Amino acid sequence: MKIRVLGAGCKNCAQLEQNVFNAAAELGIDADIQKIEDVAEIMKYGVMSTPALVINGKVVAAGRVLNTEEIKRLLTKQ
Amino acid sequence: MSALLSHLVRLLVENVFRISINSRLGESLHFFIYDSLKILLLLSFMIFAISYIRSFFPPEKTRQVLSKFGGFTAHLMASLLGIVTPFCSCSSVPLFIGFVEAGIPLGVTFSFLITSPIVNEVALVMLVGLFGLKIALVYVITGVLIGTFGGIIIGKLGLEKYVEEYVYQITTGQREEEKMTWKDRVQFAKANVKDIVKRVWLFILIGIAVGAIIHGYVPENFLTEYAGRGNPLAVFVAVALGIPLYSNAIGTIPVVEALIGKGVAIGTALAFMMAVTALSLPEMIILRKVIKPRLIGIFVSITGVSIVMVGYLFNFIL
Repeated sequence: MKIRVLGAGCKNCAQLEQNVFNAAAELGIDADIQKIEDVAEIMKYGVMSTPALVINGKVVAAGRVLNTEEIKRLLTKQ
Repeated sequence: MSALLSHLVRLLVENVFRISINSRLGESLHFFIYDSLKILLLLSFMIFAISYIRSFFPPEKTRQVLSKFGGFTAHLMASLLGIVTPFCSCSSVPLFIGFVEAGIPLGVTFSFLITSPIVNEVALVMLVGLFGLKIALVYVITGVLIGTFGGIIIGKLGLEKYVEEYVYQITTGQREEEKMTWKDRVQFAKANVKDIVKRVWLFILIGIAVGAIIHGYVPENFLTEYAGRGNPLAVFVAVALGIPLYSNAIGTIPVVEALIGKGVAIGTALAFMMAVTALSLPEMIILRKVIKPRLIGIFVSITGVSIVMVGYLFNFIL
């Protein structure tokens, strides 16, 4: 599973990344998690509000910090 | 509701602390406890409500709406959407690029960028709590007007060349909007309340404490002489002082409330608050990534001059 956290690096973005790591660990998923900080790269996803979460190429949330539970729900849906 | 709270705090000060409400200490203490409770309660309820509404206006949708309008309407819409569209300051860059890329004129983009910080939700809540609905409304309306006309002026000046070149080269992808259920929206609103209250509570308490001391100890009408209607320079000085104070934006408002009680003119106070929230150094630094210093300078000047004018206007009519 490919998970991308989009965000220029403010506190909210770091928090979302941390929550993603927690969610993946709690579910025991071996995921490829990366943070994308480059604006041009972020824009390619059609996202203007960070932090955003991308699972397998699809933007599932933008402009809010999902908590661990919400991320777990999104991950199990895939 | 606030009368009941005021009464309860009065009982607390008089019967639990055993300090007369008519003494200076009693008056300061009542002001501090009452204002702290009132502001924090109001802040939690209102940020929740505002955030819930905001979850319906993500920047992606705002961009779509704005690309359909032109002329004055576009500026006014951009300014209004600036109030409800949620974005944290680090989203300013993608937001700016996204707007420009969608063909939204630079002036319209600035209408959005000017109003957005001026009509700050925390400042709005505190104005309702401390000065009542009328002043809060005046604050929102002037914020929208400054954004609308500021953007129109920037648009007329033809400053596209002061946007960093790379902005025009980025292409944004398309995506379908994610569906938010009402539970997601509640979650979004709750997270915002927690985030904002956590970030500002200390500033608010410090601000209220300073306000309380001014309220109880500064002699009546002491400031009228320096910052009252009689001093034509007061608004100008207030705006100049407000710009570097950004980090304490929220704490300055209760101080201002107490100052008004001591004779500072209301227009001067409003101008000060707008300067504190709208013209912040961190925001300039972020915008520097997409626009050149010249345009930042023009943006600051137009916004600054408008705020000063608004200050004088209110001192004149209120």
